[in-house]
Amino acid sequence: MSRVIHKFTTRVPTWRPHITPIDFDNATPAQREALKETPSNTKISDYVLVLAHDPESLRIRTSLFNGIMYDKGGLSRDERELGAVAASVVNRCIYCAAVHAQRYNQIVGDEKVMQDIFLRGKEADLAPRIRAILKFAMRLSECPPNVAQSDIQSLREVGLDDQEILDLTLSTTLFGWANRLMHTLGEPVSNT
Amino acid sequence: MTNIIEKAANVPSTGPLAEALAVRSKLMDLTQASYEAALLPSDEGQVPANVRAALACRMARICQQAGLTQHYAELLAGYGCEADPYQLAEPGNKPPASEKRLYAMVEYVDLVTQSPRDATKADIHALSEAGIKEDDIVRLAGLVAFVNYQLRVAAVLSVMGDAK
Repeated sequence: MSRVIHKFTTRVPTWRPHITPIDFDNATPAQREALKETPSNTKISDYVLVLAHDPESLRIRTSLFNGIMYDKGGLSRDERELGAVAASVVNRCIYCAAVHAQRYNQIVGDEKVMQDIFLRGKEADLAPRIRAILKFAMRLSECPPNVAQSDIQSLREVGLDDQEILDLTLSTTLFGWANRLMHTLGEPVSNT
Repeated sequence: MTNIIEKAANVPSTGPLAEALAVRSKLMDLTQASYEAALLPSDEGQVPANVRAALACRMARICQQAGLTQHYAELLAGYGCEADPYQLAEPGNKPPASEKRLYAMVEYVDLVTQSPRDATKADIHALSEAGIKEDDIVRLAGLVAFVNYQLRVAAVLSVMGDAK
């Protein structure tokens, strides 16, 4: 039997659901409609088939997810992924952290930043802009969320404008949402 | 479409933040549509709208988000004075153990709002043991996850909008 993974990794595990995924062949019209678009336009996963139990929410969520992560302008793609990873580290969603650390690594073409974040969390030795983004996103992901004028100021000091701060907020909080689904409705297991 | 987050966060109608939000207006509209799907769904299953409003208000209080606490308290009040008999909108309050399904839902809401990292398979089991169907478990999880997103977006917008 495959093993549950508890440590952060950039090797994307398999997600094993605790809820029965819907059967696509017997899906209702509303469920089929909601399954037309998938996150990051990948194939229909068990995760999406679990969320299809609530097609009303899923239909909107997928467009919102893709817009927050991929719409043009504002914060760069890699820095949006940083927000996603920061939330996933705080919420210990191993699966989301792996997927988005891997995307980050592909965009920047370097694995050092993610290795350091997974190994040392808040103590990671990072460039000032990356460090500020990570710190902001991690503080925002705590409960209750920590965000004060000084947190916004720390982002401005490393050059983020209002648009970039808004985009970082959206990608970080979107993953507070995704983590709460992915990490509770199933678990990451090894691929063997 | 009235946008609940921007209203709750009291976002100024002009200036750099308003301009940034206008650039992402499609995303803010989808956020509003997600609010409607989570709080005012056309198919509420076994998670009635009044219970959704009470739980959202509880999460807003746990996350200390004043604007959305007020919004959800008003939404709940709109369902009448019997809408939240166990005062679940107040963190710490629990329904009697005889209300098995509601009790399990409140446990899930508190755990996944405060400490999602600690959630395990056992927490989903507890919901099905209490007699909650899989459709409704996904509805509940979706509600908790959405509201936690919304609360954090509102938290940032209200601080940014407040800057001198």
